[in-house]
Parts: sequence; structure tokens; C-alpha cells
Amino acid sequence: MPKLIDKQGQLLDNPWVLVSKDATLEQALAETSQHLLVHVALWNAHKDELRNSGRAIAVWLDSSDQADAIAADLPALPLVALNFPTFMDGRSYSTAVTLRLHHKYEGEIRAIGDVLRDQLFYMRRCGFSTFDLKDSVKLEDAQKGLHDYTTNYQSTVEEPLPLFRRRETSAAV
Amino acid sequence: MYRYDKYDHQMLQDRIAAFRDQTRRFLAGELEPSQFLPLRLQNGLYIQRLAPMLRICIPYGLLSSRQLRKLAHITRHYDKGYAHFTTRQNIQLNWPKLPEVPDILAELAEVEMHAIQTSGNCVRNTTTDQFAGVSPYEIEDARPWCEIIRQWSTFHPEFAHLPRKFKIAVCGTEQDQAATQVHDIGLYLVKNDAGELGFRVLVGGGLGRTPMIGQVIREFLPWQHLLTYLDAILRIYNQEGRRDNKYKARIKILVKELGVDVFRDKVEREWERVKDGPALLTAEEVQRCKQYFVDPAYETLPDVDSEVEHLLHRDVLFNQWMERNVHAHKKPGYRIVTLCLKATGSAPGDLSAEQLEFVADLADRFSFGELRVTHEQNLVLTDVRLKDLPELHRALKQERLATPYTGLLNDIISCPGGDYCSLANAKSIPIAEAIQRRFDDFELQKKIGEITINISGCMNACGHHHVGNIGILGVDKKGQEFYQVALGGSAGRQAALGQVLGPSFSQEEIPDVVEKIIDVYLERRSEGERFIDTFQRIGLEPFKEHVYAKAD
Repeated sequence: MPKLIDKQGQLLDNPWVLVSKDATLEQALAETSQHLLVHVALWNAHKDELRNSGRAIAVWLDSSDQADAIAADLPALPLVALNFPTFMDGRSYSTAVTLRLHHKYEGEIRAIGDVLRDQLFYMRRCGFSTFDLKDSVKLEDAQKGLHDYTTNYQSTVEEPLPLFRRRETSAAV
Repeated sequence: MYRYDKYDHQMLQDRIAAFRDQTRRFLAGELEPSQFLPLRLQNGLYIQRLAPMLRICIPYGLLSSRQLRKLAHITRHYDKGYAHFTTRQNIQLNWPKLPEVPDILAELAEVEMHAIQTSGNCVRNTTTDQFAGVSPYEIEDARPWCEIIRQWSTFHPEFAHLPRKFKIAVCGTEQDQAATQVHDIGLYLVKNDAGELGFRVLVGGGLGRTPMIGQVIREFLPWQHLLTYLDAILRIYNQEGRRDNKYKARIKILVKELGVDVFRDKVEREWERVKDGPALLTAEEVQRCKQYFVDPAYETLPDVDSEVEHLLHRDVLFNQWMERNVHAHKKPGYRIVTLCLKATGSAPGDLSAEQLEFVADLADRFSFGELRVTHEQNLVLTDVRLKDLPELHRALKQERLATPYTGLLNDIISCPGGDYCSLANAKSIPIAEAIQRRFDDFELQKKIGEITINISGCMNACGHHHVGNIGILGVDKKGQEFYQVALGGSAGRQAALGQVLGPSFSQEEIPDVVEKIIDVYLERRSEGERFIDTFQRIGLEPFKEHVYAKAD
């Protein structure tokens, strides 16, 4: 049972149908869903057809794709999904950061693919807002995983002030 | 040294709770081995040949006596009563039990220690020169900067799943005992013409399968930008570093494939976007970190001592020890003392629980309760009064820690090798011991002078064999252990990679080979030349000829 959750760990409905990377435009439009999540290559090749298809369109990037590839279209995209082909592939963390920091994208950034419990906190800090959990992940585990750490040292998307700008130094020594 | 506040403590407790739960899920079969693997690695836990190995972090090599006593307790209670100091200034336990590791981490947390990011594809322990803060030849104390980097790198959410491991060194001393140029990022503290502090930034150094010396990508980075610049470098590496082949995944390969100029342009472009963001360092934060590294309560002392002078003429062992293991200090009347963990017959870098406690007592008695771990796998007492040296020497002799070989041939750097490590092709420790036995004579070693021998049991190069004056690498030849020898490596400011001598040797041949190499050096050296100087002057050929000469 696929599970989509937000940063609070709440279950969400998922109307978006993921269209695979190698699908053609015809195959994509053959989907019956009103919400198509298409790979950036298909999007860049058929923007007009997709826009005029009468469907809601969102774009997903693989870990090897760069955020800059959709920079101009971001204001019109309600959702950008970033894939983790394996959880060990950390490129999508930087893609999320780039979308938020450099492109000022404020829509939904969704983690898809090998999305496991023990990476959720890091994803959240890097600007992901929803998480399409892998089947094997238990919901209550994932909810815990979102809160593995109380705080963090760095400047992150979620907490731009690094700890050294927030620290109550009276607590030192 | 740095002390934790409520935030540091909280994050450590969060981590232990997370790892305890991960271990529970793994043991319950809820977490697949492949999913548990990077989690345990980022907590320093390897599954080794005979048992798990736990690598405990010693941030930039700095330890207190209290921490050392805790380590002694842990080795006794959870392990076999000894520990191994590594070339990354860390400490390893070779026999912990997996279900007990969360408890070990909880014990470590009591003394502000952990095993975070001591392995795995993430930013590892930042290292520095072991004389930081006490060297008379220092531009700036690197320790506060190491601490700032430690905090930045700890649980950095964006860089926890890099293409490969990532090592940073910071150096503020002139002689550079931190092997700075063979790190993924090397940072030299420098001052510009206006006297402002900053960093010369090198990238793409590293050992392993494809050794390289780092290249400068920025001559002067103002200190305020340290973290924004690191973020920029790591972001480029995280996105563009190769992930298709683990042997080509280090940043050095990316820098080489792109060329340093293209890599620099990418970093600078990224940096432009983030440089004035919230990660810009503040003077307050630097000051906060510096306050933990202010000088201890030094006394005003004369820089001569009559008993020391007397013993120098009367006691040969004391004289040798003073010559090799005692170093100049920035304060008159104080000295830096190296405890050489290379007594012949004991594994390089190994200490028993009793020795750990003994050293902790010495640190309390003689050096303000602190000590350092060196990448040469020795320990250092940084603040010993000159007049206490005779007493300290007497104490060290009892525990065989007064071996006067620092910087000499028998001060061999070695990984644990095939006796312990599942990655190794060959054993390391018996090779080190065989060489030490061959040269176990102070006068002979003194005659040979400064030289470094580094031994690694495999290409991963934990023994830093590429930068040894004599580098020895264990290789596997059809299931047999052989050793490749290289000459001319060097780890300091004039970093250089060794050149392979020729076909590899069996374990039994190695002491003879080293002796032949030394013979060539002694015969060919000019007045005052160290081994490395002679090598650089005459090259590989004379050594090769003599070592491979057919016996008549």
C-alpha cells in the first residue's frame, strides 16, 4: 500500500500518476488520471502538448537531472518530484536545496523512489515537503523518522539560521 | 578543549536513540543488511573479518584524560582490553559485539565522544597538525576552525550520501604534520597582505587507488566564508562526482576529469549564490569557539634546567629520547613530548587499557589533562614543563613508551592489515615488526636519520603508503601475499607521491629490501641530506639497480 505523507507525518491522498521515464507522449496521455507526473525529458520535449492536454501536469527529476533544467517553468508547476533510485544516491538532496535556495521554488517537492525511514529527517531539512514512502516502510516508523533530531548545526532550507546564529550562549561551558 | 553545551549533548542523545532503534530493527529483521550498512558505517561500525570494528572519533586528535579513562573502561568492558590508534587520529576497537554498540555509544556520550561519521560516504573527522596551538612555528591555531568544521559537517543533511568518503584537513603550522595536501579538501591558514586571516583552499588530494596531490582552487578565502565555500564545493561534488564506480568516486577524480579550472569555476559560481547567506560565519561564533582553546595556566619558567642538562650528558637513553621525542614549545620552559607507540614487537598504534589509563595519569600530572593523537599513530603531551622531563621519562620507560624513535626508521606507520581488516590483501603488522627488528638499534637509526616508512595492507591506503619515503603496499598475487615497494613519497608542505620500485616481494624479503634501500642512501647521501633529499637528487634508478641486482 503506497503511503504519501507530509512533513507532519499526515497521510495524504495522491492523485498524481507517475509516468515512467521511457514513456512516449502518447503513452503518457493514455493514462486515465487527471494528474500526470512526467519526467523532465518528456516535459521539455512536449511542453505545449502537455499543457494543452487538459490534465494537471507536474514534473519529476531523476537524481542525474539538474534543477536548472526546469528553472523557467517552476512558477507554473504545483509539484516537483525528485527521485532516489537508491537511498544511497544523495544527489536529489542538493537538487532540492537548489530548487528552494536558488530558484526560490515554493511549491511541493516530493521524494519518490527508494524513500526510507532513516533518511526522512535529512530530506525534510533539505526542503522536501512530501514523502512517497517505499512499501516496506511502516507509517509509524516514518512518522518517528521525521523527528530523529531535535535540531541541527547547519544552515538548511527548513531552518536557514545555523545553530551558531540561534545558540543561547548562556548555555555554554 | 571544546566542551559540549545543551545543543551538542541533545544531538548526540538523538543520534544514540536513532542508532539504538536502527540496530534493534536490523536485529529484528526489519531493516535489510544493505539498508543498515550505511547507517552503521556512519556510526563507525564495520563488519570485519573476525568481529565488528568500531571506529571512535577523536575530533582533530584532541583527547582529555577523562576521555582516555573512559576509552580504557570501554576496551575492558566491551572489548579485549586494547585499542588501536589510526592514521585519521581516531581510535578503533576490534572486538565489540553489535548488540552492545548502542551502549558503547551511550558511554562515550558521557564524555562528549561518539563514532559519528568515522566511516561511510560522508564528511569524516577533520584533522590537523598535532602541535596546533603549542607550536612555536604557527601562523594560527587550527583547532577552533576544526571545531567549526566539525559542527558544520556533523549530520549535514545535504551531504550524508556523497559519492564517496570526504576528508578535510586544516593546517596552521609551518611544518604541516597533517598531510594536508592529500586530503579531499586541504585548508592552510594564511594571512593576506593586509594581515587578515583566511584559508588557502586545495581540493582533490587523496590516497587510495589513484593517489593525487591536492590543487589550489583559491589562494585566499576570507575566514567568514569558510562554511559557504565548503558548502559550494560539496554541492558540486555531491551532484557531479561519479557514482558509477566506487574507485572513481572521490572528488580527486572529478577535479581531474573536469580540470581544476573548470572545477574552480563551478565552485565559484555556486559560491556566488550562497556566499552572503546565513552560513556566513560571525566573529561571535569564532570567538565562542576560540575561548575553548585559550592557553592553559602556563607558569613563567626559565628555558634551561640543570637536572635536564646533567642527564643529557650522563643518561644515554634520556639523551636519545630528548633528541627525538621532545620538541620545541611556544612557551619558554615548556616542551612538547611525543609518546612513540612503536616499541618493537607491539602493533603500531596499539595500546592496552592499562597503558591508556597510565597515559591519562601522565596527562593529568604533566600536561593539563590533555593529549593529542597524531596521524603517525603516536600520542603527544603538548604542555610539559622542561623541569618535569626527567620524571616523565622515568615514568614512560616503565610502560615502554619512551622508545626514542619519533621520526626515525622504526616509527613505522601501519594499518591493522590482514590480521584484522576484511578489506586487506595482506598483513601489515608482521611486516612492520620484521623491519623494526632488523633496525632495532638507536645509533643505526640515528645514523640513517629522518625517514618515514608507511605500510598499507591494501589499496585503500589507511597506512598512507603513497606518502611514505618508503611505502609498502600489500597486494594479492593469486592468493599469495606480496608487497610492492615505492620510494620518494612525502606528506608535508612539499607533498609527493612515491614511485614504484619494481616487481613486488614476498613477506620474508622485505627486511632485506629495506636494508638494501638504506645501503644505497647511506652510500650516496651528501652531507646533511635526509633520505628524501637524496632520493630527490639521485632518483629511483640507483635504488632499483641495487635491490634487483642478481646475486653473483
